[in-house]
Amino acid sequence: MKIVVTVKLVPDANTEKRIDPATKRLVRAGVETVLNPFDEYAIEAALQLKERLAAAPGSAEPATVTVFSMAPESAREVLRKALAMGADDAVLLCDAGLQGSDVWATAYAVAAALKKVGFDLVVTGGLADDGNTGGVPGALAEYLGVPGLTNARAIEVADGKLKVQRETDTGYQVVTGPMPALVSVTMAIGEPRYASLKGIMGAKKKTITTISLAELGLDRAVGSDGAKTEVRELAAPPVRGKGRVVEASDGAQGAQVIFDYLKEKKLV
Amino acid sequence: MTATERERVAAPHPTDFLNVDALLSDEERLVRDTVRAFVRKRVLPNVARWFEEGILPLELSRELGELGLLGMHLEGYGCPGASAVAYGLACMELEAGDTGVRSFASVQGSLAMFAIHHWGSEEQKREWLPRMARGEAIGCFGLTEADFGSNPAGMRTSARRDGDDWVLNGTKMWITNGGIADVAVVWARSDDGIRGFVVPTATKGFSTAKIEHKLSLRASVTSELLLSDCRLPGSAVFPEVRGLRGPLACLSEARYGIVWGVMGSARACYEAALDYAKHRVQFDRPIAGYQLTQEKLVNMLLELNKGTLLALHIGRMKDEGRAHPAHVSFGKLNNVREALAIAREARTILGANGVTLEYPVIRHMNNLESVLTYEGTSEVHTLILGQSITGLAAFS
Ligand SMILES: Cc1cc2nc3c(=O)[nH]c(=O)nc-3n(C[C@H](O)[C@H](O)[C@H](O)COP(=O)(O)OP(=O)(O)OC[C@H]3O[C@@H](n4cnc5c(N)ncnc54)[C@H](O)[C@@H]3O)c2cc1C
Ligand SMILES: Cc1cc2nc3c(=O)[nH]c(=O)nc-3n(C[C@H](O)[C@H](O)[C@H](O)COP(=O)(O)OP(=O)(O)OC[C@H]3O[C@@H](n4cnc5c(N)ncnc54)[C@H](O)[C@@H]3O)c2cc1C
Repeated sequence: MKIVVTVKLVPDANTEKRIDPATKRLVRAGVETVLNPFDEYAIEAALQLKERLAAAPGSAEPATVTVFSMAPESAREVLRKALAMGADDAVLLCDAGLQGSDVWATAYAVAAALKKVGFDLVVTGGLADDGNTGGVPGALAEYLGVPGLTNARAIEVADGKLKVQRETDTGYQVVTGPMPALVSVTMAIGEPRYASLKGIMGAKKKTITTISLAELGLDRAVGSDGAKTEVRELAAPPVRGKGRVVEASDGAQGAQVIFDYLKEKKLV
Repeated sequence: MTATERERVAAPHPTDFLNVDALLSDEERLVRDTVRAFVRKRVLPNVARWFEEGILPLELSRELGELGLLGMHLEGYGCPGASAVAYGLACMELEAGDTGVRSFASVQGSLAMFAIHHWGSEEQKREWLPRMARGEAIGCFGLTEADFGSNPAGMRTSARRDGDDWVLNGTKMWITNGGIADVAVVWARSDDGIRGFVVPTATKGFSTAKIEHKLSLRASVTSELLLSDCRLPGSAVFPEVRGLRGPLACLSEARYGIVWGVMGSARACYEAALDYAKHRVQFDRPIAGYQLTQEKLVNMLLELNKGTLLALHIGRMKDEGRAHPAHVSFGKLNNVREALAIAREARTILGANGVTLEYPVIRHMNNLESVLTYEGTSEVHTLILGQSITGLAAFS
């Protein structure tokens, strides 16, 4: 079984970011690029699945995990981290013509690339830390022509069928579907593992294949030419006011003041 | 520099000002980032409490083992065989968390495991190294005695041959990991010079006593090792090595880790001070805006970057097999001295907050006092360098 995890490379949330007012894009220079934190959960989900399938009695051919990203060439270093965590190989879709892609263009190009790479199961994160739309997984499933099972907190594969626990605000639903399929995961899937030193040293020997737009032979424009949306204006979020500090003689009195406040705001 | 050049070159990073990062390979950066992430999540949220309570949680050993950080620069027997630079980077990140955590890994990997790896018999290596690499067995290294610190050649702990067995008697002092160890590497005087022994701590006649009331390296176990007619089979001795050469080879390894490690402490102090100075307002202005504070911060920045470059330089020399022990003394002397100066300067910037465990600074500052003393005091390293350049030994 071939599992492909889609990962986005995003600017490190721990560094200060700036948007270029002219291009309305993020200034990448001097900002460290990291694996989208949510996608580390997707990798974890895929590795867990691979390990569980390997441990299952009478399992057929072993599962493999491929990480995939549409990103600039500089992404290679970050993809190594995914390989160090335990993925088997990586594919990078990299082309200047992809710059300025929106959700639609991203999903369209990624779908074409994934069809070329081949898969039984695509695992995605729920959200990218920078673009923040959460729109890619749904659109991707559509263009791949496979069922999209979103917000999974647990994934199971048995008899070639997929069963996921789909997280909701109040609990979870159990959803099943045939494969090939796409699953997006939530953070409840389990803490991503650290790359071990052996994994890091082994990652050097794993391959990262690059594919270009020309190899995909797309029938529609992608990148900024094909984007269906345009960022028109940007504004900084309003500055948050100072919090209120409750001074109290003891814990019980303090709790009462906070409770009264929440009640006044109809929050409890 | 032309105007266009100025525009094209990115402004320096406030911590990694010289962009030492760019001198590392992808793999080295990945090692660093992984250990940094582990420390951020596992050590930093808890370490003030560990320090206050004077504990180091035992489960940390297995966690460090899973990451592959125990004996990481050793080859074979379940060890990953990483480069000296990768090992140094890991030390730096661990110590940016706390010197106690780095000391745990140093003693395990560079003293106990290195000793067995370098001097041990095949049987000793097979028995201990894989378990120690996984963090399932903890090791310690007993060289120092109460009356023989800088001058271990005078040690009194004795090893007497009795038939095929060896019988050890004596007391070792200031031994990191002593009370939590499963195996102790003990150096003792025999008829045949100083010999090293692999002592399972469950052996009859072996016991430990905790050293209390430390105000430094509190998140680390320090113990006395008591050997009282401790009987060991003939196979417990390191077969070949005789004399101080044995322990000194190990110390040079651990000292190398310190050259990097203390720059981790220094970085944590500098970053805490810089952040604090930008936010602390006195006389209606952030204190970072005052010239005196800027001078302090800039002096810290200079030494932090120089020290990190020095560590990397010695690391590259070590990977190329060109590092002499005196080079390591150079690094240890300079970097511990400067790290301590940075910590003390940082402490002044934090004012009263600088004396509490709410901030990392005084913890690092106090820890560094131990680092100044262990693995060769700053005076001893000065004398080693003095001897190296003059050809005259001034030890005695
Ligand atoms: C300020 C700003 C506003 C924007 N507003 C819009 C907008 O309104 N509409 C719009 O269409 N676009 C918008 N974009 C562009 C959009 O963010 C990017 O096109 C992005 O590539 C896709 O959306 P996302 O980052 O939100 O991904 P998400 O949909 O949040 O990502 C979810 C998952 O999809 C996968 N994934 C996403 N991108 C990739 C990739 N490149 N390679 C591999 N896997 C990937 C990952 O698994 C990820 O976890 C905006 C960008 C900026 C900077
Ligand atoms: C927290 C901690 C953990 C430790 N862990 C270990 C461990 O795991 N294993 C181990 O074996 N040891 C360990 N040590 C011991 C450490 O290595 C010794 O403390 C160190 O070697 C110094 O010895 P000493 O304390 O006896 O000081 P001394 O040797 O008595 O030195 C006292 C002072 O005299 C100076 N001095 C000594 N000789 C000379 C000279 N010839 N010329 C000029 N000045 C001189 C010293 O530099 C120092 O300033 C640890 C120590 C500490 C504090």
